[in-house]
Amino acid sequence: MLTGIIVSVLFLVGCGLVFSALLLLAERRILRYGPCAIEINDGKKTLEVDGGGTLLAALAENDIFIPSACGGRGTCAYCKVRVLEGGGTIGPVEAPYLSPAETKENVRLSCQVKVRGNMRIAIPESLFSIRRFRGHVEHKRPLTRDIVEVRIALDDPAEMPFVAGQYIQLESQPYRGRESVMRAYSVSSPPSDTRAVETVIRLVPDGICTTWVFEILREGDSVQFSGPYGEFRLSDSDRPCLFIAGGSGMAPIWSMLRDMKEKRSRRSAVYFFGALTQADLFYTEPLRQLEKELPDFRYVPALSREPPESDWSGERGMITDVLARRIPDMAEYEAYLCGSPGMIDAAIKVLQSGGIPPDRIFYDKFA
Amino acid sequence: MTPDPHSVPFLSLLLVFVSAAFTDNILLVRFLGLCPCLGVSKKVDASVGLGLAVTFVTACTAVLNYWVYRYLLIPLDIVYLRLIVFIVVIAAFVQLVEMVVERLSERLYQALGIFLPLITVNCAILGTALFMIARPYNATQAFVFGLGSGFGWLVAITLIGGIREKIDEKHVPPGLRGPGLTLIVIGIMSLAFVVFSGMIKL
Ligand SMILES: Cc1cc2nc3c(=O)[nH]c(=O)nc-3n(C[C@H](O)[C@H](O)[C@H](O)COP(=O)(O)OP(=O)(O)OC[C@H]3O[C@@H](n4cnc5c(N)ncnc54)[C@H](O)[C@@H]3O)c2cc1C
Ligand code: FES
Repeated sequence: MLTGIIVSVLFLVGCGLVFSALLLLAERRILRYGPCAIEINDGKKTLEVDGGGTLLAALAENDIFIPSACGGRGTCAYCKVRVLEGGGTIGPVEAPYLSPAETKENVRLSCQVKVRGNMRIAIPESLFSIRRFRGHVEHKRPLTRDIVEVRIALDDPAEMPFVAGQYIQLESQPYRGRESVMRAYSVSSPPSDTRAVETVIRLVPDGICTTWVFEILREGDSVQFSGPYGEFRLSDSDRPCLFIAGGSGMAPIWSMLRDMKEKRSRRSAVYFFGALTQADLFYTEPLRQLEKELPDFRYVPALSREPPESDWSGERGMITDVLARRIPDMAEYEAYLCGSPGMIDAAIKVLQSGGIPPDRIFYDKFA
Repeated sequence: MTPDPHSVPFLSLLLVFVSAAFTDNILLVRFLGLCPCLGVSKKVDASVGLGLAVTFVTACTAVLNYWVYRYLLIPLDIVYLRLIVFIVVIAAFVQLVEMVVERLSERLYQALGIFLPLITVNCAILGTALFMIARPYNATQAFVFGLGSGFGWLVAITLIGGIREKIDEKHVPPGLRGPGLTLIVIGIMSLAFVVFSGMIKL
């Protein structure tokens, strides 16, 4: 009886091991494509890679980091690139994520495209400067009951040049049976602060990465991330700016405002910040200070759930209503939005009915 | 028929093949491998492609499973593990075939797409392996049995594909279009195949 059980268990385990070994060996031998050339942006750069892997992995091996939040499983659709030649046909995993316009432009999910020969691809120029960084947590301090400020000092490479408004992809480590994931966090420190990145992170109940940041990550711990990503940034014009943010959407705006101060910008700006109650406001002191330091800047926090009898004398109500009330004619403004998709969609409606054309509304959805 | 392990007369092999392909048609008589058939039989060329892949995999896994059964499962007295082991063998083999196809022809790879990995769970293939060990076959006969069985599936799906291409679904009530009508077609065809059943008895 006992030997029977042992024999069958051993046999099944053996079967599994032998077959896995055989398949791994076969993969090495059969799926060998030899060296392949990947030409990027019309010859700007040409990579020699070993064929057989995915385009995303081949690029990452050569230090070109395409945004990716799902780790190459074809579920986040962040990893889109244009494959002009050598990509083969669109696979069943990719198809649902590609619009007809994108299909026409040869957009593909780079994590699903295999390198099987020479290829020609096109990627945004800014992706060339993305690097992978190792750093350590310099400090982690609570800003409100569900938001912390995390400052990561850079170890290797030692500096990260970036533009205010860009974000990094933080890699969480496995904990309590949950896998390692990559999540986007906007940099809240100004670009002059090149040796560290500061982020403002809001706890998403049961979220994989945020729970890790809140409960596992300690000051001094080593962390990995890549960056800088994103096109969200101040334009070069001198139009007056409307900043609109909620919760951790503060981060990129906080970076932009400090950048404006350091560069002695003369643009006029109004910052509408939405929160629930007074306890959910943070950086109020330094923002009030900025009102004095910048030539024409106003900070307008608005609370939507502050008890009516409290001592709050500022704006009350939804951020979008406050905005419409305070700035009835927005036609001259440029708008910068950051926060949850719901808030952004609502704000875009208000801005457009206030007269701002869509090409002057910039936003980062924290989706 | 008692098998003689050393000499296999050609006639017996032919019998095994014909019986596997027609009298015991895995799709139309045994009703195995229906789901991939319903999914793919819309077009003849896709049907032929998948049919060929299934034939190849069935034939090869039939011998592989024969060897595993005869030289591992029986001596170790763990015959009751046959289901799991057969599935593992089939899955590993399909993975291997997938790699080879990917390497040799990207067009075929894309055309087979999701169906290639799905062959793993095609019950016709596991069914063939189980029928095979229930009969007193040797390795050659097992291979021919697998070949015949896969060939039978290929013939059936190709015929069904041909019929489906010809059917003008405009005249079919909406609820019956697609899988519904295909099942009816398969039912009628299976009646035709039942006619073979008295011809050879193995
Ligand atoms: C460009 C960009 C910049 C970002 N910048 C910041 C930033 O500066 N600070 C910051 O805190 N976050 C930021 N985010 C959001 C962040 O990347 C993560 O999505 C968020 O922290 C949740 O990750 P998680 O692994 O903890 O949750 P997950 O495990 O991914 O999610 C758990 C559950 O929560 C839901 N969920 C996911 N995200 C949110 C959300 N934001 N609000 C409510 N529910 C959610 C999911 O649908 C899921 O059901 C940014 C996102 C993007 C795309
Ligand atoms: S990396 Fe997520 S879809 Fe490609």
